[in-house]
Amino acid sequence: MVDALNKGLHQAMAADDRVVVLGEDVAKTGGVFRVTAGLLDAFGEDRVVDTPLAEAGIVGSAIGMAIYGLRPVVEIQFDVFVYPGFEQIVVHAARYAWRTKGEVPASIVIRIPYGGGVRAPELHSDSPEALFCHVPGLKVVCPTTPRDARDMMLAAIADPDPVIFMEPKRIYRAGRQEVGDEMPFPIGNGSVPSDVLTKARIARDGSDLAIISYGATVPLCIEAADRLEPDRGIQAKVVDLRSLYPLDVDAITAAASGCGRALVVHEAPRTAGLGAEISSLIHERVMLDLEAPVGRVTGFDVPFPQFANEDDYLPSVDRIAAGAGKVLDF
Amino acid sequence: MLEEPIRVIGDGAKLPDRAVPEGLSDKDLVEMYRWLVLLRAFDERAVTLQRQGRIGTYALYWGEEGTQAGALYACDDVDWVFPSYRQNAIGLLRGVPAATVLAWWRGYGGVHGFWDPREHRVGPICVPIATHLPHAVGLAWAAKIRNDPIASLSWFGDGATSEGDFHEAMNFAAVLKIPTVFFCVNNQWAISTPISKQMATDNIAIKATAYGMPGVRVDGFDPIACWKVTKDALDRARGGDGPTLIEAHCYRLRAHGTADDPRLYRDESVTEKWVHLEPVGRMAGFLGRLGVLDDGQRESIEQEAKAAIAAAVKEMEAIDQPGQDILFQHVYASGRPWTFEEGLRELSAVERRPEVKPVAPPGPAVDEAGSDDA
Repeated sequence: MVDALNKGLHQAMAADDRVVVLGEDVAKTGGVFRVTAGLLDAFGEDRVVDTPLAEAGIVGSAIGMAIYGLRPVVEIQFDVFVYPGFEQIVVHAARYAWRTKGEVPASIVIRIPYGGGVRAPELHSDSPEALFCHVPGLKVVCPTTPRDARDMMLAAIADPDPVIFMEPKRIYRAGRQEVGDEMPFPIGNGSVPSDVLTKARIARDGSDLAIISYGATVPLCIEAADRLEPDRGIQAKVVDLRSLYPLDVDAITAAASGCGRALVVHEAPRTAGLGAEISSLIHERVMLDLEAPVGRVTGFDVPFPQFANEDDYLPSVDRIAAGAGKVLDF
Repeated sequence: MLEEPIRVIGDGAKLPDRAVPEGLSDKDLVEMYRWLVLLRAFDERAVTLQRQGRIGTYALYWGEEGTQAGALYACDDVDWVFPSYRQNAIGLLRGVPAATVLAWWRGYGGVHGFWDPREHRVGPICVPIATHLPHAVGLAWAAKIRNDPIASLSWFGDGATSEGDFHEAMNFAAVLKIPTVFFCVNNQWAISTPISKQMATDNIAIKATAYGMPGVRVDGFDPIACWKVTKDALDRARGGDGPTLIEAHCYRLRAHGTADDPRLYRDESVTEKWVHLEPVGRMAGFLGRLGVLDDGQRESIEQEAKAAIAAAVKEMEAIDQPGQDILFQHVYASGRPWTFEEGLRELSAVERRPEVKPVAPPGPAVDEAGSDDA
């Protein structure tokens, strides 16, 4: 996924000279995860900038650049580091279109490597996506496959609205997929391939249980589904949301009503997490098609633990399979 | 020892007049005075409108017109300015309709209360303190990347210097040599908090040193001095030498806003000692002494400004309360998410509440018949 994101950034910067990349350690080292590697050499120090260490300054000046007409892509080095930039995102990035009669949206992409499972020190493993989904004016997306990562990056850059681009760092280097050199769609000409950013993907087909997830837990859901087949004779469908705001409500309700049973999985804490919203949508819309209440397997309502215990915190294949069992046995 | 702020205009008594700086013609001086008077007319009328319950809470700037008109007059037309709410009417001097700004205070959004910043090179009214400073930095940074000879300027208060965004913006601008001007209006009060409780330094300009940029102190009640220091800072910025911090030293002569009563927390006899320095009368006196403005011109400039604002009030009051659809307008530039259609359906299923009127907080009543509607 790192290579795919890197390719997307290269392609976007080559296609549209308004695109600039800024953040901490993004230029010379290419980012701590190397997502921006090679951009400095290819596009120069005017367009690829190592900034001072200050997230409000990074997001805030990116907004100023967008007001002028550039398309900044901001890297937040780790999930938790976005919190100092939170005010700029909430009060300005999210509201600039609204505050300017729609004339000057804050057209920025905020990349956030997020989540646990990489044995990182304290405060490098949060999943803050629900905080952003709760802020009107933002789009929040999260790719799971390399090809999606590249295509969604290009679409996010082309999109006039501010996009919070959640990058599941645990699967940065998992799973290989060929990502072609040709542009999947044109960017920089005003057209927005919005479906790439708003539609869910069926990651595994099935008809007995819909498992709905995003990011690093999607491969685990597929593994759990693969296990349910021989263990219980169950065909589970796995829905990879891709877009966290707006949610692809049609895909969610179609999967839930088609299967009659649904389970939502995410590693963020449970209360007021996306699972609550998704469960609510399903119950509001297709309750009569359900054989069981929608289940949730999530992180817990605790601070993300020190990494010696992160495997206890993170939804595992076992926990997902157990959660599926509860929904199936209801 | 603390240096005296830079000053051009005397007070007609103890403080001497100095020579008008190079670059300002007599015509410029009269035009700058016209700007001051227009800002003053807007501010006074807005306070009246609030007292009459015709707009909502209003943040006034009476006495700070010189920091606004003087600084803006130094800007080129292509330069961008980013106001805080204290400079809410600065757009009037760049073609933003006064009715739009009044409508903002009347609680209207959308096409009624907002403007297109790119049309006027004026940022939207920024409510959260100091958060527009990084935008001014980013904008000028973008212009620099594009090799466009454009600078930016942001206004903020003494209280704003306590915010992290002030620090981050100053540091970014200095490190990256951004062509921007930080214009701090030090009126010595952040609502009820005096500057002595805001910072441990006795002046604000000194803070520039730590960032590696020049800091200058200017008499914030002197529009010509404000013009001069801003002009110098912009020349420096455009010359590739980076940002400047300007501290415009003055005093908040009125309340923070229409809901505020300074008698609760400060000695108003101190305030009285500053009033004679206020910029509009002081500029008029100076121009009179120079012989470039006579009483007749002064009178007609005032009448013109009052008439313009009166017309804007009529325009603002002719706006019907926006429909419910405005809630969902312009939130996303790429189109409405499905949740918006659901919201509209929910709203349309119940009867709408009667029209919302601005609620006047407790304050001295103003006789509606006595207002200057003409």
